[in-house]
Amino acid sequence: MIGALLKTFLLIIFIIVSGWLIRADESATNSELAGGGTTAFDATRNAFSLSARNLTLEHHTPYTIGSFFFNESWLAATLTPSDRDGLGPLFISRSCFACHTRNGRGQPPDSFVPTETVVVRLSVPGRGPDGGPKPEPTYGLQLQTHALPGFKPEAKILGAYQLIRGTYDDGEAYYLRRPTFLLSDLGYGPMQTNAVISPLVAPAIIGLGLLEAVPEESLKMIAAQDQKRADGISGQLNIVWDAAAKQLAVGRFGWKAEQPNVRQQCAAAFNGDMGLTTTLYPQENYTAAENICTNSPSGGQPEVSDEILAATVLFAKLIAVPARRDRTNEVVLRGEKLFRQLNCAACHVPELETGNMAGFPELSHQLIHPYTDLLLHDMGPGLSDRRQIFQASGSQWRTPPLWGIGLVSTVNNHNYFLHDGRATGLSEAILWHGGEAENSQEQFRRLKKNDREALLRFLQSL
Amino acid sequence: MMVQFFMRISLKQILLLFLCLVSIPYQITAANTDEKSVLNLKSDIVQHYADIMEAQYSDSVTAALRLRDVIETFLKNPTANGLTAARNEWITSRQSYSQSEVGRFYDGPIEPLEEYINAWPIDLNYIDYTVGMPDSGIINQTNLYPQLTQNLLLGANQRQGENESEQEAERAVSTGFHAIEFLLWGQDLYADTPGRRAYTDYVKTANGPGRNAGRRREYLQLLTQLLADQLQAVADQWAANNPTNYCARFLSAPPDAALEKIITGAGNLSSSELAGERMLVPYTTKSQENEQCCFSDSTHLDLLRNEMGIQDVWLGSYTRTDGAILTGPGLITLLEQADPKLAAILQQQLETTIAAIRSIPAPFDQAILGNDSTPGRLAVKKALDALQAQNTSIVHAAAVLHLRLNLKN
Repeated sequence: MIGALLKTFLLIIFIIVSGWLIRADESATNSELAGGGTTAFDATRNAFSLSARNLTLEHHTPYTIGSFFFNESWLAATLTPSDRDGLGPLFISRSCFACHTRNGRGQPPDSFVPTETVVVRLSVPGRGPDGGPKPEPTYGLQLQTHALPGFKPEAKILGAYQLIRGTYDDGEAYYLRRPTFLLSDLGYGPMQTNAVISPLVAPAIIGLGLLEAVPEESLKMIAAQDQKRADGISGQLNIVWDAAAKQLAVGRFGWKAEQPNVRQQCAAAFNGDMGLTTTLYPQENYTAAENICTNSPSGGQPEVSDEILAATVLFAKLIAVPARRDRTNEVVLRGEKLFRQLNCAACHVPELETGNMAGFPELSHQLIHPYTDLLLHDMGPGLSDRRQIFQASGSQWRTPPLWGIGLVSTVNNHNYFLHDGRATGLSEAILWHGGEAENSQEQFRRLKKNDREALLRFLQSL
Repeated sequence: MMVQFFMRISLKQILLLFLCLVSIPYQITAANTDEKSVLNLKSDIVQHYADIMEAQYSDSVTAALRLRDVIETFLKNPTANGLTAARNEWITSRQSYSQSEVGRFYDGPIEPLEEYINAWPIDLNYIDYTVGMPDSGIINQTNLYPQLTQNLLLGANQRQGENESEQEAERAVSTGFHAIEFLLWGQDLYADTPGRRAYTDYVKTANGPGRNAGRRREYLQLLTQLLADQLQAVADQWAANNPTNYCARFLSAPPDAALEKIITGAGNLSSSELAGERMLVPYTTKSQENEQCCFSDSTHLDLLRNEMGIQDVWLGSYTRTDGAILTGPGLITLLEQADPKLAAILQQQLETTIAAIRSIPAPFDQAILGNDSTPGRLAVKKALDALQAQNTSIVHAAAVLHLRLNLKN
C-alpha cells in the first residue's frame, strides 16, 4: 500500500519535472536568438548599441576604433593635418550617430521642424553614369541641408501631412498621414522641374553584417519560390553597381537595396551625408553647377583613410541584434500565428541562414531571424516615391528587416515607421502596405481588435 | 517501462528524496533571513552610491564656479599670470568632473547634458581662428553671428525639436570643457608644450586676434556660466530628499535595477570609454586629436580620475575636494559575500590599473607616438592590459552577483 502510494507520488513528481524540462528545452530553442551568436540580451536604450556578443578578441580593437569614428563628430578641416576632419563643405550631419542615434532609426520632418535624421534623394528621369539614377544637374543625387560657415546649404525640407480617415472592418476609425515634402531656401538657384525628391529616414543599423553574409543563392531561391507560389507576391533582386569591383552586383542595403555591401553603404554615407571623401568616392559631394570655390582647406586625400573606413565598416557589420522578448507569451504566440496566416512572412521571412564570411566567424553560419527576404516588392502607388533606382521602380521597396522593431521607441523615443517615417505606429505602417501586400493589409483590416493587438504584440516582441 | 524505472529506484534514493522534501521548509526559512540581509546590503550600497554621486557633482559645480570666477578675474585685467591662473583652475575643475563620469552610460541625469558639458572633439573653426584661418569661428564672424547668446552656443538656432533624438542630431560643437580649454590654450601645434594662446588674444587691438578680444571675452564668460549651470542641473537631480528628482526614482527602484545601472556605468566607463575610446583609439591611431584634452595636454589626469571614479564606486569611498571622505558599502562589499576571492582580485586590479595609468609619461599625445618599444607606448600598453584584466573581473563579478551587464564592446 505504502509502496503504491510512494510510486504514485514519484510518478507525479516525475511528470512535473519532465514537463518542466520539456518547457525549458523548448524555450532554449534559438528563436529568441534573433541575431544568432551575435544576439545581445538588452532591452534598454542601449539595445542597439552593443557589439556582437560573439565578437572575437581580434576584432575588439578595430570595432572600438570604428565605434569612435561612427559616434564622434567629424570636424571642419583646419590647416593642421588631422585624421578626423574634412566635413562638408556641404553636409547633412556631423557624425553617423547624429542620424543613426544609438544605432537606431531617424524620424521625419514636420511642418515646422526640419529634421536632421532624413536624407532627401533626388534625380531627374534617365540613367546616371553607373546605371543608377541620373543626378539633378545642380543639386546632384542628395540634398545637403547644412553647410560650413561661409557656404550655403542646398535646401531645407519640411513635411506637411494630410490625414486620411479609414476604418477597420469592426468600425474602429484610424487615420493615416499622407506626406507632402516641400523644399525651401534653395541655395543654388532653381531645381529642374521634373526632379523627383525622395526623403528617407535613417534606418537602424543592427545586424548588417549578418545580412551581408546571407548567400546570394538563398535570396535567389526565395525569389524563385515566390514565382512558383504565384500568389501575387514576387520578390525581385536589385542589381546595382559595385563601385569597388566595378561591376554589377546584387543589392542588399538601403531602402531600395541599392547598395551591394556594407562598405559601399558606409563610403556613400560618408560622402553624401557628411561631405567626406574615401578612396571609393574620392570626389566631394557638390556639383560643378554649384560653383563652390573651395578655398577652405581639405581634410586630406582621401579625408577618411582606408584604415578608418575599414574600421567603421567592421563596426557597422558587428553590431549585435537584440534578443526577442516575451516569445512564449500567449498573445505573442497568437500574433505570430496571425503573422503567418496573413502571409506577412512571405516577404518578412522569419529565418535565414548565413553562409561563410571569410574573416568573420561571428557572422558565419548563423541561424538568424531578420524578418526580411532582402528582395524588392511592389508596395503600391500609395508608398511610391516615383524614383527609379537600378531595377527598383518608384513603388518597389526592399523588405525592411523587422528585428529590433519593438525596441525603436525605447532606443529612439519615437514610433515613426516606413521609409519616410509617415506611419506613427506599427498599425499605420501595416495599413500603408499596398501592391503585393495589399491582400495581407486587407486581411489585417478585417481582423478583430484583439487579433490586431495580438499581431502588434508579436511585432513588439521582435 | 515507467513502472520498471520506478522499481529500480533504491530505497536509499527514496530516503534521500524524502529528506530533501522534508528539509525544504527549513531551507526556505534560512534563505529568507539570508535574503533579507542581502537585500538590506543592496539598498545600503544603492543609497551610498547616490550619496557619492551627489557629492561628486556638487564638487564639480563648486569647481566650475571657481573656474568661472578665476576666468572673470583674468578677463577684467588680462595678463600672462592671469591666463596661467585660469589654465590651472581649468585643470583643477576638470578633476571632479572626470571622476564623476562613472555615473554615465545608463539613463542618469548626466546623459542628456553630457554632449554640452564634455563635447569632444570640438570643431575649432566654429569657435575661433586657427592657423592660416584668421577670420574663422563664431568669435570672428561678427556678421554671421552679431549677438553672442547662450542659445546661439547651444546651437538652439538649429535645434528647435522638442524631442531628444532631434537634439542629439545636431551636436553641440561649441560648448563645454573643451571649448573653454581651446579658448584658454589655443591649438596644440607643439610637441614639447601644450597650446600657446597669448593672453593678448583678450586685449583689444586694432588688428590680429585682439581685434575681436571683446567677443572672445564674452564667449568665454558665456561658456563658463553655462558649464556651471549645466553641472548644477545634474547635481540637482542627484540631491537627496527631493521626491521628484532622478535620485528619488533611483532609490525607489528595486535594488537590483539600481545596481545594474551602477555596474553598467562603472563597466562601460572602464571598457568602451576609458580603455576603448580614450586609450586604445589614440594608442592605435597615434593621433593627437584623438586624445581628449588635446589643447592643454592634461589627458593623463582625465584617465587617472576616470579610474579613480571606477574605484570609488566599487569600494564605496570618495574623497571630496575639501578632503572629507565618504565611506560606506560599495559593490565590492556585495562581491565579498558572494565570491571573496574574486573580490580580492578585483580590488587588487583596481590598484594596479591606477598605478599603471599614473606611470604613463605626460603628455599623453607624445606617449602614444613612436614604435611599440618606446617607454611611452609601453606604459600605455601596460595600462591597457591592466584595464582589460579589470574589465574581465567586472564582467565575472556581474555574473556572480546575477546583475545584467552589457558592455558596449
